Amino acid sequence: MSTASPDQVLPGAYKEGFHDVNIKALHKVPKGPTHEVIDYMCDTKGEPDWMRQFRHRSLDLFLKATIPEWMPGLRDIDYDAITYYASPIEKSARRWEDVPIEIRNTYDKLGIAKEEQKLLGGLGAQIDSEMAYHNIQESLSKRGVIFLSCDDGMKEYPEIFKEHFAKSIPPEDNKFAALNSAFWSGGSFVYVPKGVKCDVPLSVYFRINAEQFGQFERTLIICEDDSFCHYVEGCSAPVYTTNSLHSAVVEIFVKDRARCRYTTIQNWSTDVYNLVTKRAFLYKNSVMEWVDGNLGSKRTVKYPSCYMLGEGGHGEILSLASSDKGMWQDAGAKLVFFAPNCTGRINSKSISGHGGRASYRGLVQVNEAAQNCRVQVNCDALILDEISRSDTYPVMEIDGDLATIEHEASVSNVSEEQLFYLQSRGIKKEDAVAMIVNGFIEPIVKELPMEFAVEINRLINLQMEGSVG
Amino acid sequence: MADTFEIQDLHVKIEEREILKGVDLVVRKGEVHALMGPNGSGKSTLANAILGHPKYTVTSGKILMKGENILEMETDERARKGLFLAFQYPCEVPGVRQSNFLRLACNARAGRDMDVMDFYKKLEDKMKVLDIDEKFLKRYLNEGFSGGEKKRNEILQMMMLEPEFAVMDETDSGLDIDALKVVSRGVNELRGPGLGILIITHYERILRYINPDFVHILVDGKIVKSGGPDLAAHLEEHGYDWIIKDAEAAPAPVKG
Ligand SMILES: Nc1ncnc2c1ncn2[C@@H]1O[C@H](COP(=O)(O)OP(=O)(O)O)[C@@H](O)[C@H]1O
Ligand SMILES: [Mg+2]
Repeated sequence: MSTASPDQVLPGAYKEGFHDVNIKALHKVPKGPTHEVIDYMCDTKGEPDWMRQFRHRSLDLFLKATIPEWMPGLRDIDYDAITYYASPIEKSARRWEDVPIEIRNTYDKLGIAKEEQKLLGGLGAQIDSEMAYHNIQESLSKRGVIFLSCDDGMKEYPEIFKEHFAKSIPPEDNKFAALNSAFWSGGSFVYVPKGVKCDVPLSVYFRINAEQFGQFERTLIICEDDSFCHYVEGCSAPVYTTNSLHSAVVEIFVKDRARCRYTTIQNWSTDVYNLVTKRAFLYKNSVMEWVDGNLGSKRTVKYPSCYMLGEGGHGEILSLASSDKGMWQDAGAKLVFFAPNCTGRINSKSISGHGGRASYRGLVQVNEAAQNCRVQVNCDALILDEISRSDTYPVMEIDGDLATIEHEASVSNVSEEQLFYLQSRGIKKEDAVAMIVNGFIEPIVKELPMEFAVEINRLINLQMEGSVG
Repeated sequence: MADTFEIQDLHVKIEEREILKGVDLVVRKGEVHALMGPNGSGKSTLANAILGHPKYTVTSGKILMKGENILEMETDERARKGLFLAFQYPCEVPGVRQSNFLRLACNARAGRDMDVMDFYKKLEDKMKVLDIDEKFLKRYLNEGFSGGEKKRNEILQMMMLEPEFAVMDETDSGLDIDALKVVSRGVNELRGPGLGILIITHYERILRYINPDFVHILVDGKIVKSGGPDLAAHLEEHGYDWIIKDAEAAPAPVKG
């Protein structure tokens, strides 16, 4: 077992880095992205034929696709060294008691306590390829809200599933969307009927336990007219010395006047490549909000996007990236306008320290049919020391008339004056730095659920230790 | 000794330029000293050097607080020992809530976590003295504050931290007469045997509300004249020119 202690990789910061040796894979396939693995998965899961064909076609697309030139730092991924399907469970449980004890132990250690459910509309927990647990409050299920693993969603609601699956992100979209389409497993299927407002969040936790593993969860969220839901995901993995791959696809459909908020706190260990495609289709007067927090991983490539398909929609992306030693967060956002009178806002904040690198990559595209759209982009970077780096790559393609685009960007260091001011009040330098950094990300952190906000502040404080000389 | 704040022959440079050229000053607890002088004479430099701003290099001299040389200490350590600076230009720290900041600062100064109820009770009292609205606690540290609000915030922090020696750098500048009265009320409430104050000002105005025991005039990095409160009144009437001329005529500094 090449398990490294967390301290060797990231000093003190990563408490999720343990590997539970008691969790044994019941299903595990030979390494490498092959058609045999797909057949094994389809047989094991008992999937319909159309899905088997879809997976095979996607694998062919993946094998052919290249990584775009602008996406560096991914060349050294050894796809053949990775296991594409592994599951320590037979079946997704709907009662916490039915989840195998070893897996429950892992979730207990991560603090995904049973108690938290009381504040949630639903809770899901994925380990490696499968959802170990998925449950929804009765009050919501009675109103027709569906919250299942994506696999169960396909089986139990084949029509709704097929109508939306891969419709916003086809496997042709990019190499990693193709990879996910070929090997997807787990993730959530959420359906909110017309007019139903889920006032408490649905929450899912993704955990990788296996080594040199690829997790490819797939999430499909459908908010019917006038509905609302808030989906919250968290992620972590053990610290190994080898690399793992997390390549998710999230598709969201926000129908007329509906609103959806999707919150992510990604805290993968620094040996995980996190390559995720997230896209929302917005219909008339709908609202989509991505709140995307990237704190961990070796490399993250992720640009949550809003495609404005109906008039009067509002798309919003709040992005937070913290890059510490050994990390490169290539995070950002995409706003694509196809309909008139829509608005969009991107607010990105990045921090880099201990030699980490954070990039903002953003696309604002206003197509000809999209008259009179308004977009506001703010991206601010905070660099903590001389060995860390931050870059900004904003792209604007404006064809629609009467578009109003505002773009503001800033790069700063922790200012000497601010430090002096706080220190002059008796606050120690490290605490003063942490205060300034936490203040910098506050506009995004305040949008997060309480427990995430507390966790982020804790992580940031740990990451700040020893930076800023 | 235990009750004094003493500056001895202090020389300070910024970016290779000498700004303070030998400053001597003794402030005892219970006293209020006023330091006056034309713009650019080095008043803020003195204030910053006292708190150990990294840009200001002390090339020689000593600063003794209760007999202890503080020049080797970090800024935050000086503050925890009871030194305070009310800034001429308090800086904004976005995203840091006033209430959170004040609590951390008070805990740092006290050397322990204060009881939260006690803290808020004290804060409420002090805010009342300074006519500060309670919405203020939810705002971010100095962010978007008007000049007057920033100055009031400085005095609030001073009242909360209860320093033993405080330097107030042009707290009066930019305040209208009502705000000046409020701020002075706060300072006068703090005034007492446990606190020594150095008020830096360009104008005599604030000294009508906070009466000083001593007045010193700083010209070109040196204290050229010291005296009682009447010196401030004289300055108000005659300006700084006569002192500058006197100083040029008799370059030996008048020690305070
Ligand atoms: N941070 C600084 N960097 C460079 N020069 C400075 C700085 N602060 C002050 N000075 C210079 O030092 C001299 C004294 O300034 P200061 O102490 O601010 O005077 P006062 O407060 O009496 O108006 C001035 O010539 C000013 O330009
Ligand atoms: Mg000044």
